[in-house]
Amino acid sequence: MTTATGSIVRFEGASKVFPGNGRGGEVRAVDGVTLDIHEGEIFGVIGQSGAGKSTLVRLINALERTTGGDVVVDGVSLGALNEARLRPVRAGIGMVFQQFNLLASRTVAGNVAYPLEVAGWPRARRDARVTELLDFVGLSEKAGVHPSALSGGQKQRVGIARALATNPRILLADEATSALDPETTRGVLDLLQRVNRELGVTVVVITHEMDVVRSICHRVAVMDSGRVVEVGESYQVFSVPSHDVTRRFVATALRDRPSPEVLARLRTRHAGHIVTVGVDEAAGSSAVLTRTLREHGVDGTVVFGGITEVAERPYGSLTVELVGDPAAVDAAVAALRDVTWLDDHGRAAA
Amino acid sequence: MSWDMLTPLLWEAAGQTAYMVLITLLVGGFLGLALGLGLYLARPGNLLGNRLVFAVLNLGVNVVRPVPFIIFLVALGPLTRTVIGKTIGIEAFTFAMCFMATFVFARLVEQNLVSIDPGVVEAARAMGASPLRIVRTVLVPEALAPLILGYTFLFVGVLDMSAIGGYLGAGGLGDFAIVQGYRQYDWAVTAVVVVLIVLIVQAVQWLGNALARRALRR
Repeated sequence: MTTATGSIVRFEGASKVFPGNGRGGEVRAVDGVTLDIHEGEIFGVIGQSGAGKSTLVRLINALERTTGGDVVVDGVSLGALNEARLRPVRAGIGMVFQQFNLLASRTVAGNVAYPLEVAGWPRARRDARVTELLDFVGLSEKAGVHPSALSGGQKQRVGIARALATNPRILLADEATSALDPETTRGVLDLLQRVNRELGVTVVVITHEMDVVRSICHRVAVMDSGRVVEVGESYQVFSVPSHDVTRRFVATALRDRPSPEVLARLRTRHAGHIVTVGVDEAAGSSAVLTRTLREHGVDGTVVFGGITEVAERPYGSLTVELVGDPAAVDAAVAALRDVTWLDDHGRAAA
Repeated sequence: MSWDMLTPLLWEAAGQTAYMVLITLLVGGFLGLALGLGLYLARPGNLLGNRLVFAVLNLGVNVVRPVPFIIFLVALGPLTRTVIGKTIGIEAFTFAMCFMATFVFARLVEQNLVSIDPGVVEAARAMGASPLRIVRTVLVPEALAPLILGYTFLFVGVLDMSAIGGYLGAGGLGDFAIVQGYRQYDWAVTAVVVVLIVLIVQAVQWLGNALARRALRR
């Protein structure tokens, strides 16, 4: 993880209200958000569609203007700038989009060169930079083709190369992987991680997919109805979710806990004492579980569960059938409770 | 009249039509593109969204466009007199044609621009491009193929308008077909003009399609 220093983006009670039209009332897309994004981190914003996360990220490069509060980028208060003064600020912030938004009339190289033309780079420097960028994203051989001839993943790589062209310090990724299949998504997420690690670019990732946050985000904000309901280190937020929305996202990413139906089916096959035990970095691994059971002379069989990584740290739970002397089983359960959380499902009624 | 006498007249008429059509395509095409871009940009929610400007432009286009050209010619009379100095003759007629063509093409341009993915415009904005640069480097290049086809369509419409040039004494092929053909009961003359016009339209349409295909080859 890149060392996080000061804040590079600061939301100060930022709000965005879209005025109502004849049919509907006004929409509070972003509602009084106060938030710091640290320099050098990968920051995730997760929420259901309509939660306001796309609008929130557009406040950073002022594609949308705040209607209340302010957004400070790199020490510059955006609220005070007019449209013309905002343009150089925007040029210093890269952005990639869900639908890539490449110019169909230009080649891959022409697309990557576009922001350099806007920034007024001379031809020779532009060409050299485009070559360098296409090499970085691994698309050197596609320089002369038009975007229509590329796959989704390749299009997004072009989008990322374009967004990085002018050496921005911030990269905004708006659902950058939502239009891609899982394998391609992995490739694009790896690329975003490289951008962060090798180039030191602060990356802000907007997503509705828990997997994206889980695999690359250092910190995350959870949004619901225009508000940030939870913010913190990804691992912290997802291992100890305090808000319903967060819990729902955690559940979608990791179906490790047995539902009542699953539990009922497990019961028909396993007569012993069934418990679900949390596995995470602090509370120990499955090794702790195994050792505890052995010390108490109890046999444990894993019947359900899953362990994955959040922010590169282990996280999940195992559901285990415990078989042995009832007193020993009770003692083992008590011992496990001391090191981690535990859901006791008891044993089958005789 | 024999073709010996008719041929020079036909050439003269063809020259008059060429004059009217080319000037109108040039002026109407340029002003129409500008007005169409204005309509697109001023649409509320777009790059230079402005409810009032859009309403005025939109109303203007909607009022002018549906008026039958022969009535429009008369209605425009006072303005034509102010600008050209007279209300008849080829200059006065061409002025009216330019006026109508501007409004017709403006709507065609606007409709083609609306089909551009707003995300592409947003991407250009995000890279710090100014509205003028976006017009030049995004809107026009991205919509080039349909714009070429729209311009081809405009050509046919303009040729159609030019056919009633005789009404203001502007001459042209349409006038030739009526005066030398219809009024002389000489159907052959009319037929020749019709065939000529069909051939011109075919040729231009073919050219327009070819250019549009080229613009789309990506």
